[in-house]
Amino acid sequence: MRILVCVKRVPAPGAKIVLTDDAQAIDTSLLSFTVSPHEECAVEEAVRIAESHEGSVTVMTLGPEDAEEQLRSALAVGASEAVLVPTDGSDWDPISTASALVAAIQELESEGGFDLILFGNESADSGGYQVGVRVARTLGRPIVSGIKGIEVEADGFALRRDTPTGSEIYKVPSPAVVGVKEGINLPRYPTLKGRLNAKKIEVTRSTQDRAGSGQAMVRLVTPQVEINETVILGDGPEAASAVVDLLEELQLFT
Amino acid sequence: MSDIPTSAQVVVVGAGIVGNSVVHHLAELGWKDILQLDKGPLPNPGGSTGHASNFIFPVDHNKEMASLTLDSQKQYEEMGVNTTSGGIEVARTHERMEELRRRMTSAKAWGIESEMLTPAQIRDMVPFVDESILVGGWYTPGVSVVDSLQAGTLMRESAMSKNALTVSPNTEVMDVEVENNHVIAVVTDRGRVECDYLVIACGVWSPRIAKMAGASIPLTPAVHQMIDVGPLPELQATGNEIGFPIVRDMDTFCYERQTAGSMEVGSYAHRPIFHHPDTIPSIEESRLSPTELPLTQDDFDPQLEQAIELMPFLGDAEMRYGINGLLSLTPDAMPLVGETEVGGVWSCAAIWIKEGPGTGRAIAEWMTQGYPEIDPHASDVARFYDNQRSEEHVIARCEEHFNKTYGIVHPREQWESRRGLRKSSLHPRTEALGAVYFEAGNWERPHWYESNAPLVEKYSEQIPERPHEWDARWWSPIQNAEHLAIRESVGMVDVTAFAIFEVSGPGVVDYVEKMAVNKCDLPVGRSIYTPLLTEDGGFKADLTMIRLADDRYRIISGGFDGPRDSHWFRKHLPDDGSVVWEDKTSDICTIGLWGPNARAVMEKVTDDDVSDEGLPYGSSKEITIGSIPARLLRISYVGEFGWEIYTEMENGPALWDALWGAGQEYGIVPVGAGVYGTTGRLEKGYRLMGAELESEYSPVEAGLARPRVKAADFIGKAAYLEARAEEPAAVMCTLTMESHTSDSGMARFPTGGNEPILTLGGDRILDVKGRVSRVTSAGAGPSVGKYLLLAYLPPEHAVEGTELQVMYMNELYPVKVAVAGSTPLFDSENQRMKG
Repeated sequence: MRILVCVKRVPAPGAKIVLTDDAQAIDTSLLSFTVSPHEECAVEEAVRIAESHEGSVTVMTLGPEDAEEQLRSALAVGASEAVLVPTDGSDWDPISTASALVAAIQELESEGGFDLILFGNESADSGGYQVGVRVARTLGRPIVSGIKGIEVEADGFALRRDTPTGSEIYKVPSPAVVGVKEGINLPRYPTLKGRLNAKKIEVTRSTQDRAGSGQAMVRLVTPQVEINETVILGDGPEAASAVVDLLEELQLFT
Repeated sequence: MSDIPTSAQVVVVGAGIVGNSVVHHLAELGWKDILQLDKGPLPNPGGSTGHASNFIFPVDHNKEMASLTLDSQKQYEEMGVNTTSGGIEVARTHERMEELRRRMTSAKAWGIESEMLTPAQIRDMVPFVDESILVGGWYTPGVSVVDSLQAGTLMRESAMSKNALTVSPNTEVMDVEVENNHVIAVVTDRGRVECDYLVIACGVWSPRIAKMAGASIPLTPAVHQMIDVGPLPELQATGNEIGFPIVRDMDTFCYERQTAGSMEVGSYAHRPIFHHPDTIPSIEESRLSPTELPLTQDDFDPQLEQAIELMPFLGDAEMRYGINGLLSLTPDAMPLVGETEVGGVWSCAAIWIKEGPGTGRAIAEWMTQGYPEIDPHASDVARFYDNQRSEEHVIARCEEHFNKTYGIVHPREQWESRRGLRKSSLHPRTEALGAVYFEAGNWERPHWYESNAPLVEKYSEQIPERPHEWDARWWSPIQNAEHLAIRESVGMVDVTAFAIFEVSGPGVVDYVEKMAVNKCDLPVGRSIYTPLLTEDGGFKADLTMIRLADDRYRIISGGFDGPRDSHWFRKHLPDDGSVVWEDKTSDICTIGLWGPNARAVMEKVTDDDVSDEGLPYGSSKEITIGSIPARLLRISYVGEFGWEIYTEMENGPALWDALWGAGQEYGIVPVGAGVYGTTGRLEKGYRLMGAELESEYSPVEAGLARPRVKAADFIGKAAYLEARAEEPAAVMCTLTMESHTSDSGMARFPTGGNEPILTLGGDRILDVKGRVSRVTSAGAGPSVGKYLLLAYLPPEHAVEGTELQVMYMNELYPVKVAVAGSTPLFDSENQRMKG
C-alpha cells in the first residue's frame, strides 16, 4: 500500500495576528510554523494504515525551502519519503498549486501508483477547500472530504463522514483521494529517535511550473478583535446585586 | 476596570518571583505603601518565572551566589513549596570529574552536604542512566524543586495581609518621570502614580523600563531551550511530581529533570540566541506566553542524541512540548541589583528562580537600611563602566559565556570578547615588552611580561613548578620572577587601571570626612588610606585619597571598584553644590616605581628632592621628571620603597621612557599585576576589596582599624565604634601551605576560590556570627619561600603557629597560621619601604 499525504506549511500565530507593513503577509519573525490539525491527522492516519498494511507513506508539500521543516516533522512520526515542490516563497493560488502537485504526483507515480492520497480537509491559513478536489479531479480519481474514518477493503476504501444525525459511509475504489478531518485520530508526537531518524532522510525536490492564474491576493486585513476582559464583579454576598444587574443586562432573566 | 492609586511610596514593576519577593520583604521590613504592577495577568504574568524549571542546585563556587541561593531555598522551604529531590551532576570526562571535586570543595565551604558517586552508585539512584558512559558523579541530596508561582502568590498575600501592598495586574508602564535625577512618578496605561522609589523587577523587560527613567540595566533576553519527553512509565510509577534526583549532564550542558510522568530535558548547549526587550511579543501575539517562544528544533537536535546516550529510555519516548524559553543574561553572568544611576530607581533583575527570594530580601534590606546582610558587590548594578553597559558589550559577553553555564570556568579565567576597550597610554610600551594583559575593570592591564622570561631561569631555584595544568592556567612563573626582581633591584608597574576621582569645593572637607573612616583633614600633600563603611560598619570601599589643596582631594581606587565607588560617592554628594565631582580616570596615567633602587633611578631623572625627608612615606607632591610634570605619592602595595607616579595621560610614554632609560643600569624590569595584585600584596598581607574586604566584615576584623578614631562623624561610625569595643569574631590571617603534595603525589597550588579552611579533624570553621573560614586570596610568596593563603579565622584559631588544613579539589593539605592580623609576613617592620 503506497500512501501520499499532502501538507501545507502555515504560521502558528497567537491570538493576535501581526501583518507585515505592506499587509502582504503575516509577520512571522517570532512565530513558528506548522501544518493544519487536519493534515496532522492525515499524516497520522496514513502512518497507521501503512503500519497495518505493510505500506509506506510519502509526504509532499508545495512551499518555500523552509517547508522542509514540515516534511521532517512528518518523517519524524513515521513517513518514509518526502518531496518538496519548491516555490519562491510567494503564495500560490489553488489552481497553480493543484496543477503543480498533480505534475509532481505523476512523476512520483512513474515508479508505481499511490493507492491513497490524503489531504487535510482544508488548509489552516487560506481555507479554500480546493486543492484536494482539483488534484483528484485532474487525476480522475474519486474524492470524499470531511472524512473521519478510513477502512481498507479488498478493492478500495470505506470512508466515514459524520453528520449531525449519524454517519455516511462512502465506498470508493482504489486509487482514491480523501480529505481528512481533525478528530479521525489522535496524532502521535515524534519520539526522540524518530526525530533523529527524520534528520537523516533526504528530501527530494520536484520542481514544477507555476501554471494557471486563479484567485490572487490583494492584501491581508486583520478583523477587529473584540478584547475580552475579565471583570471581577465582587467577592461574597456583596457581589449578588452586580450579578443580578449583569444577568438582566444580558437578558437572561425573562 | 479598577483604578490604581495616584501615589505610592514604592512602585515595584514585575510580578514574577523577583517582584513578589521584593514586595514581600519590603512589607516584612515595615514598608506600608507598596504598589506592584505587571502588564500581564496573575498568577502567571507571562515572564520567565512562568516557564522556569524551578530546580535549585545550591552549590556555587561564588560566595555571594551561594549565599543568595541558600537563603532562597530556606525561604521556599518555609513557604512549604520546596520539594527535595536530590541532584546529581554527572561527568563523562576526567576533566569534569576534577571540576566535580572542586564543586565538592565548594559544597564543603558552604556547609552543603554532598558526596562523590561512582558510575554504579549513579545507576543505583537513577536506574535509567547508562552508567557505562560516565566517569563518575557528584550528588547533593538537598537539591530541590520549588513552586515559584505559588511562592509568588504567597508572598503577595503576605504583603497584602499587612495592608502594605496594592497589586495591579494587566497594567503596563508607559513612562517614568524623573526630576533632578530622581524618580517622581510612574506613568501607566491606567494612570500616573507618584512615587519615591521604583523597583524594576520585570526580568527580560527590565532594560525597557530602565531606559524610560534614563537608567540602564545591562541584560539581554536569551533563549534557554527545553523539551518535555514522555510519558515514561518508569517516571509515572513514582506517582510524584519528582521522584528521582535531577541529573545534570554537565559535559553536554544539559539536564534531565522529572516532571511527573515525563522528563524535561533542558539545554545550555545550543548556539546563543538573543532577543531584544523591545521585540518580545505581547501576550496577545504569543501562542504560549511572551517568554515561551517556539522551539527552534534544529538547535536542539544535537542534544537529543546525547540525552539518549545518557538515558536510553528517552529514545522511544515522545517529544510533547518544547520551547525557546527566555531568561536574562548579563555581561558577567551575575544579577543586577541595587540603585541605578537614577536616584530612587532600583534594579532587581537578571535573577533566576534559585536566587529569587534571597535577592528580594537583600534588595529590601538595602533599600531600608542602606546595605543588605549578604555582601552584594558582585551583583551590584553599579559595577559596570559605561562602555560595559552598551548593548554591544552585553551581547558579546553573553555570547561568550552562555555555553559556559555548565562549563568549567577557572577562577582566573579571562574574557576573549570585547577586549582592548580601554588602554593606558603606556600600552605601546608594555606591548613591546611582551605584556600579557588581563582585564582590570574595563582596562587592559599587563599581568606579566614575556620579555622577563629569562628571569625565570635566573631565579629558578626559588620558583616551584606547577605541574597541574589547572593550577598553572592563567598564570606564569614569570610572575614569580618579576616579584624577585623588583625586590632585588627595581621595577615599573603600569597601574593606570586605577579609578581616579577628584572632589573639590568649599564643602569638600566635611564631605570626605563623612565618607571615610580615617581622618582626611590633613595637611595638603598628605595621603589617607582608608576604608569606607556601610551604616553597619562593613566595608563599602577601601581606597587612598590625597589632599591636593585645601579644597581638593584626589581619590584613587581599584580598577574593579571604580564604578561602584563612584556611585557611592556621588550618591552622597551634598545637595547644595558645595562639592564638585570629577572623574579623572581617563586623564591620568600612573606608573609604580618600586624597589631598593627606585630612588637611585628617580634621582637620575629629577632635580626635585625625593629623599625620605623631602617626601616622607604617605606624602605626595608635584615634581618634574625630565621635562614632564608628575605627581609622586610615596606609597606601595608591593612593600618596597618607591612611588605611584601620576602624569597626564599623554605624558605616559615619555615618563615611561625616562624611567626606563634611567633604570637600565639597575636592571629595571617591567612588572605586571601578578606581582602587584597577588604575590607582592600577599607577602605584605595587604587586603583587597571584593576578596578580603566586603560588607560582611569590619575594619577591626580585617586588621585595618587605626589606634584612634577621628572626632568627625562618618558613615558607619557607630557600628565601627561598637566593633572596636568588642572582641572581633574573626581575624584576618595569613596562612602558609605546609605541603603541596596531593594523594596522587602531585604538587598542587590552590587558586584561591573560597577553598575552606578546616580543623585538623576536617571540620569547617565558623565564627560566632556563622561566617565560614575560607581562602579569600591565594598566591605565591616568592621572597618568603611559601605559598600564601589569606583567610578570616575565629580568635581561637587565629593564633600564629596553629596548624589547620585547606581543602582543594576535595583533598586536604596542611596549612599553618603564619600571621594573625595585618603584620606583613615579609619585612614585618616595613624597613624596605622606609628607603
